[in-house]
Amino acid sequence: MTTRIDKTKFKNRTRRELLKLTPVIALGAFAIPSLQEPLFKAGLGFSDWASKLLFRSGHLATTFSDRELTPFSKFPINDYDVDDPGVDFDRWTLTVTGAVQKPGDYALAQIEALPRFRQNTRHVCVEGWDVIGRFGGARLSDFLKMLGADLTARYVYVECADNYYESLDMATALHPQTLLCYEMYDQPLTREHGAPLRLSIPTKVGYKQAKYLTDLKVMNVLERVGYWEDQGYSKFYGL
Amino acid sequence: MATQLIAIENTKTGEVTEAVYEHPFIVRLCHWVNAVSLFVMAGSGLQIFRAFPSFGAKIPQKDLLNWPKSLAIGGWLGGALQWHLTFMWIYIGTGLLYLGFLVFSGNYKQVLFVPRDISGVWPMVRHYFFFGPTPPVREAYNPLQKQAYTSVIILGALSVATGFAVWKPIQFSWLAWMMGGFHYARLWHFLIMWAMLAFVFGHLVMVVLHGWNNFVSMLTGWKKDPEYIAK
Repeated sequence: MTTRIDKTKFKNRTRRELLKLTPVIALGAFAIPSLQEPLFKAGLGFSDWASKLLFRSGHLATTFSDRELTPFSKFPINDYDVDDPGVDFDRWTLTVTGAVQKPGDYALAQIEALPRFRQNTRHVCVEGWDVIGRFGGARLSDFLKMLGADLTARYVYVECADNYYESLDMATALHPQTLLCYEMYDQPLTREHGAPLRLSIPTKVGYKQAKYLTDLKVMNVLERVGYWEDQGYSKFYGL
Repeated sequence: MATQLIAIENTKTGEVTEAVYEHPFIVRLCHWVNAVSLFVMAGSGLQIFRAFPSFGAKIPQKDLLNWPKSLAIGGWLGGALQWHLTFMWIYIGTGLLYLGFLVFSGNYKQVLFVPRDISGVWPMVRHYFFFGPTPPVREAYNPLQKQAYTSVIILGALSVATGFAVWKPIQFSWLAWMMGGFHYARLWHFLIMWAMLAFVFGHLVMVVLHGWNNFVSMLTGWKKDPEYIAK
């Protein structure tokens, strides 16, 4: 038998059921400009936290055959400011500071003296496009070991000749495919691609792969994260 | 879950109306939260797409579709990514809560399209699109509805899977591989969004056609004057 109830009673019941949905209104907080910043900070922070969990140090990015390479002439030149910040190659050094035993100015030859690795990897831009390029250089992990860096520190921070700046979590810095890159397509890096030294990090999105490096610092607390990150991009953006 | 049926009596007139409890609270909650997050995901996704409105590699870059900014959410790529990477967790969370509820409550029987529904699809199509006779209504959802709802649940799961393949093509390289690589994962992610929007369009048309009592049922759970007698 069906239950029989009074009309008013039914109205009260449906009203209660409707009121249960009020939590949905909380989503409206995203429409309030002053609340957007903290909400997105939390959302992006959660995404970065999950990204860190998903990152596997031993998992390599796919490498490609030479046949699959994007021709060098078609490799996009992307920068936030100038193609060529006018680095004086003769006087260039990489200035190393922070949690390292051997801080100082390092010449390109010292980096080139480390074991050289060449890899054909996919370069993925945050915009959604990608190209397959050939990158050569020293492993950042080898360089950090040479410096006697504190490998338990949290970040490797870099500054660039064009005032760009970036930071990397230590796990990614120590990844075997993360290179201090001085070669593309087996040739010395050209100015518009970041000569004399750039980062090549196949496990990160393009904006993390800073060009025209001048300074490197091993540190635990970042004052600023990166040029694009500080404008609202993901701090971690691992692929 | 046995569907509840009650009779509402108007004590003044003695008139009796039947009502059935069609949508449990969790289903209604997930429905409306998902309506918002789907809207945000599509809007911010289209803003992200504007940054590279093409598929495949960078070269040759041909703008496939110049999606208008006014129909996108986020204002710029970074803003859209903030919306997308925040709401994706709400979207996934709602999806998991909904699916978990369907399974554990047994409520999945209401929406799951099963082989015995196949024969009922064509009569519904004939009714809706070719003015055919109204097939007898036996349960909350007719076979065509079940097919649509089951499909959109699968599409929802695929939207998450393709999204992860685009977001983490290295950590989820197997997912990207299954979809035919990074480029195709991006294309699938885009096409699945349109398939879901097509569902939403059809859904809204049907909501309008089926009137107020039907619409209210997704707010209060109770549907007055159901076309069927609940079992």
